[in-house]
Amino acid sequence: MGQLPNLNEFMRISRRILAGLATASLAVSVTSCGGGSDTSGSFDDTVTVGILHSLSGTMAISESTLVDTEKMAIAEINAAGGVTVGGKSYKIDYIVEDGASDWPTFAEKSKKLIDQDGVPVVFGGWTSASRKAMLPVYESKDAFLYYPIQYEAQECSNNIFYTGASPNQQSEPATDFMYKRSPAAGKPFFLVGSDYVFPRTSNTITKEQLKSLGGTVVGEDYLPLGNTEVAPIISKIKKALAPSGGGVIINTLNGDQNVAFFKQIQDAGITPSNGYYVMNYSIAEEEISTIGPEFLEGHYGAWNYMMSIDTPESKKFAADFKALYGSDRVVADPQESAYNMVYLWKQAVEDAGTFENSAVREALVGQTFDAPQGPVEVMPNHHLAQTVRIGLIKPEGGFEILEETDGVVYPQAWNQFEPSSKGYACDWTDPSKGERYKL
Amino acid sequence: MLLDSLFNGVAIGSVLLVAALGLAIVFGLMGVINLAHGELMMLGAYTTYVTQLIFKLPLLKPYYNAYVIVSIFFAFIVSGVVGILLEKTVIRKLYGNPLETLLATWGVSLILQQFVRSVPLAYGTGLVISLIIGLFLPSVFSSKVKESIKFKYAKFISWIFAALAAVFSGNLISSSVSKLSRASARNVDVTAPAWMRGQVEIFGTAFPKTRLMIIIITLISVIAITLFLNQSAWGMRIRAVTQNREMCDCLGISTEKVDVLTFGIGSGLAGVAGVAVSLLGSVGPNVGGNYIVGCFMVVVLGGVGNLLGTIFASFGIGIMTDLIGAGRLLSIWPDMPLPLSNTINFFATTSMARVMIFALIVIFLQFKPTGLFPQKGRMVES
Repeated sequence: MGQLPNLNEFMRISRRILAGLATASLAVSVTSCGGGSDTSGSFDDTVTVGILHSLSGTMAISESTLVDTEKMAIAEINAAGGVTVGGKSYKIDYIVEDGASDWPTFAEKSKKLIDQDGVPVVFGGWTSASRKAMLPVYESKDAFLYYPIQYEAQECSNNIFYTGASPNQQSEPATDFMYKRSPAAGKPFFLVGSDYVFPRTSNTITKEQLKSLGGTVVGEDYLPLGNTEVAPIISKIKKALAPSGGGVIINTLNGDQNVAFFKQIQDAGITPSNGYYVMNYSIAEEEISTIGPEFLEGHYGAWNYMMSIDTPESKKFAADFKALYGSDRVVADPQESAYNMVYLWKQAVEDAGTFENSAVREALVGQTFDAPQGPVEVMPNHHLAQTVRIGLIKPEGGFEILEETDGVVYPQAWNQFEPSSKGYACDWTDPSKGERYKL
Repeated sequence: MLLDSLFNGVAIGSVLLVAALGLAIVFGLMGVINLAHGELMMLGAYTTYVTQLIFKLPLLKPYYNAYVIVSIFFAFIVSGVVGILLEKTVIRKLYGNPLETLLATWGVSLILQQFVRSVPLAYGTGLVISLIIGLFLPSVFSSKVKESIKFKYAKFISWIFAALAAVFSGNLISSSVSKLSRASARNVDVTAPAWMRGQVEIFGTAFPKTRLMIIIITLISVIAITLFLNQSAWGMRIRAVTQNREMCDCLGISTEKVDVLTFGIGSGLAGVAGVAVSLLGSVGPNVGGNYIVGCFMVVVLGGVGNLLGTIFASFGIGIMTDLIGAGRLLSIWPDMPLPLSNTINFFATTSMARVMIFALIVIFLQFKPTGLFPQKGRMVES
């Protein structure tokens, strides 16, 4: 019995030493990487934030672009004098952790960032699965996660702040456009997706929405993740849509599966010139250039931000990114969301006058920011009011913006077409309402 | 309609077959559980990508349309050489220890995946070129030199030469093709030349040309390997060693050489499969992992050690996938009773078709554990 406390003591001390060494070496590596940008101005202090994305594994391709953008936003803020809290100026430092495309690792690294490094905020995640794995960590420790990806929005946590689009800011306006104003208006729909939560929820919403619009869904299929054999899906699409001379395909396939899908549908003659139009929810500028615009030309995409937006803010965002990471790089919607969230956090902290979580949370709601996509505003449901755009994919890559909403669309944290969440909403500013209340 | 269905089944099956053919040799004939088989496919796919970029250079531009054909040979050589190195360094020490082989080759597969992520493809290509030189240059020396003590030095010198070639070719490629000069975890894309895109009409039904190309690649591979195994002297030795290794050793067949050759050919075929799959989807470090389970499934279902079984198994799975996954039974027999048609509808999605296929294979193997065409002979019983 007597030995146990000693052992614990020893463990605690050695852990502290290790942690100290780790942070010291990290700090060295961060500064040596040039993470802090040119710090010509002098700062009173430093604040270290966490960045948690996959740098290895299947998601690394997508998530590493977010790390690049977040670093750029931090560097810009530092160059402009850092964060001013309580009259003191803070330089932002960051610790980058690798989620390794493995969902439990995201939870583990979150714990490490919160407990060991003591970061006031973590910017991170991409897949819904990684967010679901992290959520209990942030809720139990009352820490704060900023999540930048468009997702199914059947969730509303007090400890997560969502800057991506909810379905009513992406898929709903897109379905409306395809059904009413696209060249395939009035034609039947076919839904294709990868087999996991986002495509299935998104398609349930689309089906309910089409029911209310009077449209028809003639088929639906899901490709297991990692599978690229799309031949059966193609024959189903042909069988279902050919009788009406084409139609609309709603595509929520993930990552590389898109490459197989688009290569093979083109070979099978499912092309815009034959009357088949694909509306995509996960293909942005980055994916267009990897899949090849020759396969995507004439199909559609829906996003809040598109690189072709012709405003000074958008052009500056794209130019700065290219200047930093190379002229062949592109910026896309997820990156813009990641960029916005760093700025919104900075503004909230400055308004709150502290890094303390509950004060920052209160200060965050109602924050506005002139983002590259136009003005955005944080709503009481911790989602972002933002503009929605429909784009046509150009032969040389990128989008030609066909439509954009007048002003912002307000986010719905619980979808109004999905039967299980119909009639519910979320409001964290009112203690009697909270995560899920009946409208 | 029926033709369309049959074609789809054959198309899916031929992708499985070309991917599993190499494994049928390595696992079927040699009994080596090679989990790095998928990564050898990946190397083949990357070879296609590199070949494509090299054929875009001004010097080779006029021959661009032929790059897919050329890359089939390149991919065979690249994957084959990497396979030979793998056999010489890792697998040779582990014959007869299936569990250790499994773990070691899994480790190799992880190394290869990370290799293409972190090493610029130009230098990767340089490295492969040096491997080819290092492994084959010593064999051009005359037998007189080989027997003398100096052969050690000759080998040493050829490896130095190989290393120089690696540096030179790596730098040459990286300076002439900028896309290959940086390491990237990003997936890359192989675009088929114009003559291979689009459709071709046969008997009033339109077929995608890339699928036809894959069927042709598969067909040629199968014919070539069957001829090699059954008609050539080395093929006969390979079959002999498979049947009775000790006796072959006694009769003066270099079983070591036979092992290297068999493994090399199996790996080379994986490379050819890599070319085929690069035409369908994108090329990335994980591309092989998507196929490895399917390959083992085909080989086990067909009966280990039997090429004919592999062929039947892959086309069988292909046709079943199409029948179940695309819900074809319903269109063949439209007014079937309701409970049955509901069941078929339930399984008529790609995910559920996969479940169904696996379930059917498990049930089949309960009754015939040795597969469709079990191998008979002394080796099997022992």
